[in-house]
Amino acid sequence: MAQEVYHEAEPAKASLLYDPKVRGIAFQVILIALLVLGIWWIVDNTIVNLRRSNISTGFGFLRGRSGFDISDRMIDYGSDSSYGRALVVGILNTAVVAISGIITATIVGFLVGVGRLSNNWLIRKLAMVYVEVFRNIPPLLVILFWYQGVLALLPNVRDSFALPFGSFLNNRGFYFPRFVWGDGSWLILAGLLAGILLSWYVARRAYARQMATGQRFPVFWTSLALIVGMPLLGYFLGGLPVSMDFPQKGTFNLTGGTNVKPEFLSLFLALSFYTASFIAEIVRAGIVGVPKGQTEAYSALGLRSGQGLRLVVIPQAMRIIIPPLTSQYLNLTKNSSLAVAIGYPDLYAIGGTILNQTGQAIEVVVIFGIVYLGISIFTSVLMNWFNTKMALKER
Amino acid sequence: MKHIAISVLGAAAAIGLMASAASADTLSDVKAKGFVQCGVNTGLAGFSAPNDKGEWTGIDVDFCRAVAAAVFGDGTKVKFTGLSAKDRFTALQSGEIDILSRNTTWTINRDTALGLNFAGVTYYDGQGFMINSKKLPGVNSALQLSGAAICVQSGTTTELNLADYFKANKMEYNPVVFEKFEEANAAYDAGRCDAYTTDQSGLYAVRLQMSSPNDHVVLPEIISKEPLGPSVRQGDDKWLDIVKWTYFALLNAEEAGVTQANVDEMKNSDNPDIKRLLGSEAETKIGTDLGVSNDWVVNIVKATGNYGEIFERNVGQGSPLKIARGINALWTKGGLQYGMPIR
Amino acid sequence: MQEHDMSWVRTEMTLAQTAPRSQVGPGAWIRRSLFSTPTDSVMTILAALVVAWALPQILNWLFFSAIWSGADRTACLTTEQGGQLPAGWSGACWPFVTSRFGQFMFGRYPLEERWRPILTGIIFVALIVPLMIPRAPFKRLNAILFFVVFPFIAFFLLVGGAFGLRFVETPLWGGLLVTLVISYVGIVTSLPIGILLALGRRSKMPAVKLLSVVFIETVRGVPLVVVLFMASFMLPLFVPPGVTFDKLLRALIGVALFSSAYMAEVIRGGLQAIPKGQYEGADSLGLGYWQKMGLIVMPQALTLVIPGIVNSFISLFKDTTLVLIISMFDLLGVVKQNISGDPTWATPQTAKTGYVFAAAVFWIFCFGMSRYSQYMERRLDTGHKR
Repeated sequence: MAQEVYHEAEPAKASLLYDPKVRGIAFQVILIALLVLGIWWIVDNTIVNLRRSNISTGFGFLRGRSGFDISDRMIDYGSDSSYGRALVVGILNTAVVAISGIITATIVGFLVGVGRLSNNWLIRKLAMVYVEVFRNIPPLLVILFWYQGVLALLPNVRDSFALPFGSFLNNRGFYFPRFVWGDGSWLILAGLLAGILLSWYVARRAYARQMATGQRFPVFWTSLALIVGMPLLGYFLGGLPVSMDFPQKGTFNLTGGTNVKPEFLSLFLALSFYTASFIAEIVRAGIVGVPKGQTEAYSALGLRSGQGLRLVVIPQAMRIIIPPLTSQYLNLTKNSSLAVAIGYPDLYAIGGTILNQTGQAIEVVVIFGIVYLGISIFTSVLMNWFNTKMALKER
Repeated sequence: MKHIAISVLGAAAAIGLMASAASADTLSDVKAKGFVQCGVNTGLAGFSAPNDKGEWTGIDVDFCRAVAAAVFGDGTKVKFTGLSAKDRFTALQSGEIDILSRNTTWTINRDTALGLNFAGVTYYDGQGFMINSKKLPGVNSALQLSGAAICVQSGTTTELNLADYFKANKMEYNPVVFEKFEEANAAYDAGRCDAYTTDQSGLYAVRLQMSSPNDHVVLPEIISKEPLGPSVRQGDDKWLDIVKWTYFALLNAEEAGVTQANVDEMKNSDNPDIKRLLGSEAETKIGTDLGVSNDWVVNIVKATGNYGEIFERNVGQGSPLKIARGINALWTKGGLQYGMPIR
Repeated sequence: MQEHDMSWVRTEMTLAQTAPRSQVGPGAWIRRSLFSTPTDSVMTILAALVVAWALPQILNWLFFSAIWSGADRTACLTTEQGGQLPAGWSGACWPFVTSRFGQFMFGRYPLEERWRPILTGIIFVALIVPLMIPRAPFKRLNAILFFVVFPFIAFFLLVGGAFGLRFVETPLWGGLLVTLVISYVGIVTSLPIGILLALGRRSKMPAVKLLSVVFIETVRGVPLVVVLFMASFMLPLFVPPGVTFDKLLRALIGVALFSSAYMAEVIRGGLQAIPKGQYEGADSLGLGYWQKMGLIVMPQALTLVIPGIVNSFISLFKDTTLVLIISMFDLLGVVKQNISGDPTWATPQTAKTGYVFAAAVFWIFCFGMSRYSQYMERRLDTGHKR
């Protein structure tokens, strides 16, 4: 080896093999070839397997009659409806749980997160215990605990807990009165719309006035009065068109009113409280991330700590909070698929039933993928938009 | 890092190799690996459930033992896989199991679109309802169940029949659907539902698992036909034949009066029917034509007893379920069980 | 310049005085941290009332009213339910847990073979404890033993079928054993795959980058149950007819794919934090790509993201519970099965007791890991400031 002479004349020949670019391209070509081969192998196997077990392919099955019933549904659905419609029912149920869970988790999470930084020792410790307990327990366990441990212990229909406003709580869920909209109800809706529009207008005028003169106007109370008062006005003008449908004891269940089933309640409570513990930590990190000078500055301006938190600290903390908050929202949405463990008919549960009735495993998985990825992308886009809106606007 | 990947791959490959290999010729594969892999219910008393010692018992389980006895002459050469309603068909299609014997209803959809072949009906069942008579004293017919909350297992024919029945009778109901059998039981026991629906045999089994079994009554209506039987993959006629004729052999043994206790002396019987059945006829080729030994029926009966014995031991008078033979009696006694002639 | 008149300047220090009574002592602490403003006082009183209402009930349920021994469900039933206890009694039914403890730990693993998982557990602890203590020596040997040798030992101990050990098929496994097996395999496989994916995502080769991005984002976009669903229902369709996978193996593949996508994102964060100078320095030394990554970049990046990695391990550990949805019995699965599938212990309190027990086990593991991650974070933090 040591005798090897260094050939200066032919660097090009050797360098082709050692040229990073050539190697990169060769590597990629090999990788893609392997991937194509792998996919081809999988597809081939799948086709053979499907043919062997005589399973049909394609999405035609979605038009077939489903034949099963679903109890929780947003849209009209019966056993005569198609599989496709059943999937839509499932998607809507997933959306309902996800949206209501996100709202509750955000509120609880913000409260606890602020509580963790409170000057009050007791509040601080309670918030810490909450976060440390919920963060370290699997969400599925929390769901099952609520469902089999807590809600199953509620009394049966005959011994329902009677709650205020004619609502009831029993092991079939939570029942509360439902509004029945009679003729002339549109006036109430019109009142509500008018109230919202007027409040918006008032808020704009008040802002302009404050900018111009420095005088403040009690926007919150005025808006509240408008939003509550206008529909009330509509209610009286329309001749009291709304009646209430109270839950009544029927042969088996309470009939009438609106029923929130224990499956939904368990899932909703578990997901909200589980995710809230993560949101609390994000909020805490966000607030801690705002420089201390900001706190000193608002104190120097004479703002009280509540005002300062609301007007100075939180708007700045939001910039740190939003990106991780987005991923928590996505996690909550994805965790809603745990519904299947307690029989809440979400997308995953209904998809599983359809798979079982039709044997169309691949199509069902493709639908899962499209819907969940779609939700993820939609949420990301929405939160990115919000993030840009909240981002530091430098003048 | 490379070492880790290699070691993990090695471990993974080793577990993978534990898996069986099944091809279009299930019989050869079964003989090669030395046991029959049988898919059963995870826990339905009388059909397939592990007992206190962790051994599987039940009609469906005994049927698999009978197949193993036919193939190997030894009823213990069988392994069981507990399956949920959801993964049962995939397990059979993928070759994970050789026979699906999991109280599965024979329907045309499953026979065609799902790629199964049913070998026979080991239990003629029908769907019924159970209610808690303490909580619902006045109810004695399923037609009174309008507005009730009903617990049901998802992805079963039960769920579909339930929808059809209530639609046909113009009644409202509130389905509470669970993926697993045990979950539906537990929810019904906890009072989440007014009624529980599944095959009637299943209702008797579930009733025993309730915290106070005597409070629960099975309503008289039977709302569907549920012929339950073992199935195999499509496209393997030879294996289908073995499973099918194992079933017929069990029925013929009962018809001929061959039992676990007397099978050895019956071999010396002069009755040509029995001689043919038990393979003691000279120059017989019945067993070998099927792909098993000629004394296959003897092996089956020795391992599990005849159909009647299996029935009585698991769901009949010899069991806590105490279900009457009813339509599952032999055709000679007014039932539907009819073994095709072995000749 | 002007002469200073120094006559008013004190020449000695004043004596230190004790702080005013209102600033020190328990009284001041209480005033400061509990009743500093009227709102604060109201909140304190409300919170104290909540604690005073809830804490005794919780302690009572867990310990004082709880039943500690019994043979079957009658021990935990009130008179109206057919037992001995006074009406309205509510408390934990601990004999349910003690009588099923073996199942909760090992599932249906044969009784006479249970020394094998126990031995595996002892080896596991003996290897992981020195690995986690920063000052313990022989880190490299220890890591090789833990990540390379241990899987083989554990595999042969648990599965058997060689060295005179009886073969124990995986459907018999269950309980905490399955939880730990899935977590360990998930952790050990997700790290190398995650590193490769993270490198792939930052690669300059478009095909590699695209594939990594597509894989990572697809897996992260869908719930783990869907990945498990794919692994258990579609994997059998993807392989040639007749080849089948063990059910546990399918779950392991699903979990490994899922966690490596998340791990890739954590490691990518670490890679992004490494200054460009480090890459250039490596290049100037004439190191190749793998040398550069393996010797210069990765060691720094991985150290930076140790807390993130531990956090992914915590989520992975919690996510193992989802295998119960594909009918496997991890700790939660076994507890649930014993609650709903078995009438021996069917009482109104059984479900709560079982889940509280499972929650406590999961909590101890996760809380321990998160504390360790915080400890490492502090340690590494000081290292960087130096």
